[in-house]
Amino acid sequence: MHPALSIIAFTTLSGFGYGLAAVLGLGLLDASAMSTKAAHILALGLIAVGLMSSTLHLRNPQRAWRAISQWRSSWLSREGLLAVLTFIPLIWSAWGAIIESRYLPVPGLFGTVGAIATVFCTGMIYASLRSVQAWYTPQTPLCFLLFAGAGGLNLATLAAIFNAGDVYILGLSAAAATAFAWIAKSAWRRRMLTAPPISTPETATGLAAIGRVRLWERPHSNENYLTREMGYRIARKHAEKLARISFTLGGAATVLLLLSTALFWATASSLAIIAAVVAVLCQTVGQFVERWLFFAEARHAVMNYY
Amino acid sequence: MTSLPSIPTPKRLGLVIDLDVCVGCHACVISCKEWNTGGYGAALSDQNPYGLDVSGTFLNRIHSFEVIPEGGEVIGEAGEARIVHFPKSCLHCDDAPCVTVCPTGASYKRGEDGIVLVEEDKCIGCGLCAWACPYGAREMDLAAGVMKKCTLCIDRIYNETLQEVDRVPSCVRTCPANARHFGDLGDPTSDVSIMVAERGGMDLMPEQGTRPVNKYLPPRPRTPLAANADGLGSVEETSGATGFFGWLDNMLDRI
Repeated sequence: MHPALSIIAFTTLSGFGYGLAAVLGLGLLDASAMSTKAAHILALGLIAVGLMSSTLHLRNPQRAWRAISQWRSSWLSREGLLAVLTFIPLIWSAWGAIIESRYLPVPGLFGTVGAIATVFCTGMIYASLRSVQAWYTPQTPLCFLLFAGAGGLNLATLAAIFNAGDVYILGLSAAAATAFAWIAKSAWRRRMLTAPPISTPETATGLAAIGRVRLWERPHSNENYLTREMGYRIARKHAEKLARISFTLGGAATVLLLLSTALFWATASSLAIIAAVVAVLCQTVGQFVERWLFFAEARHAVMNYY
Repeated sequence: MTSLPSIPTPKRLGLVIDLDVCVGCHACVISCKEWNTGGYGAALSDQNPYGLDVSGTFLNRIHSFEVIPEGGEVIGEAGEARIVHFPKSCLHCDDAPCVTVCPTGASYKRGEDGIVLVEEDKCIGCGLCAWACPYGAREMDLAAGVMKKCTLCIDRIYNETLQEVDRVPSCVRTCPANARHFGDLGDPTSDVSIMVAERGGMDLMPEQGTRPVNKYLPPRPRTPLAANADGLGSVEETSGATGFFGWLDNMLDRI
């Protein structure tokens, strides 16, 4: 599948934003601290930038408001609707923290639930497409949720360092969430690489009874919308390398840095601060590469005709 | 509303494509493009039409496949490789995944005849329906920014200003080999249903769970080339030899 930058930015940034919003909604950070107020703004900013980025790939964005209408059948519509609705408790919570310096449990918890539900819907947009076998698994929304949670906890740890909360607990939870996310991702990737394809050129043409099917001539000599959109190919050696980069940076390095943050916090706080900042950077880069591969490596059933 | 019709549609209009007959001439591709660029909805645009990297929106495309039986790489031995020309357009699925993913309600399947359509004024051009379709039946028009797909020539089949013979999809009307047939596949007595029953009409990618309405008729079995080549298969058989060659055959066997 074609890895559109707008979608990669959207899923990554809004994932981190909703993850941070979910953590903030639990009231784990001291609402009166400046860094908590900044975290609220950051969460809303990431979500807003992500959502705006998602409209960049629309070819008629002026009608985007219609996209919240089909929540009965469409996961994309459900995501859009929940994203809009979740802004209400999130802005309310942010108001409480920024203006009144206090944690509001009711909008806080509603915001957490809304954030989790929205990220789940994002994952389900992909997991509901049987035509893309790599995505068609409950592991897809699980990975989206874990990555969002890990990113949120990581950012919350950074906020906690500036007098806002328990760095030890948050750092360790962030490390655990990150580890779980990448373990889930590695299971997802193993499934993608090893599962036998559900559709083949033989099932696509129905000609298995005669023999093995191979494309002899394309419909047109040039690329078309389908081959550009669905036929994106990445060389296996690059995919392997990029996967290793994402697992190393986003997974191993981030977990180690978060553990260092938690452990050094009491003794060497400047070291802990550096570790927390680098952890956020590593996780962001790893996450972008992971999301790029999520699209680039996924193969679409229509390519059985090409 | 992008939920699928809750009860089976009374009519299931669709195409039956005979892979035994299609000669791969692409006439249906051209007539489809011609009719649909001036009819229902936005025109089917081309990008860079006079340049090297020309591309455009098509609702119907012909692929050609080479089908090779086990051990059939060598002509005359175990069956032969053959070319199958393969027209592909929207299959108007009963469980159309392109319809249910649409966030705006632009995609829908008509309750009365099962035709899957796009209401272009509602389409935001997100492209998710094209991702959901395993057959590649939907293409985004890059000029209009809306999703285009086969309408089964809805502006022909019900058009009483046309002569009755023309009230079929453009591709069916134009096919010079008569490889394409249009009809109601929900009616077991219709010509197309009878054809499907007699010829073993099949679904494409049944494992995708889309339950397509359009059916494909498989190529008929062919007489292998070897069966027509006189003597080609009997070079090892020498028992009928007489006279000098009979004697030579006998002597060679003894050496």
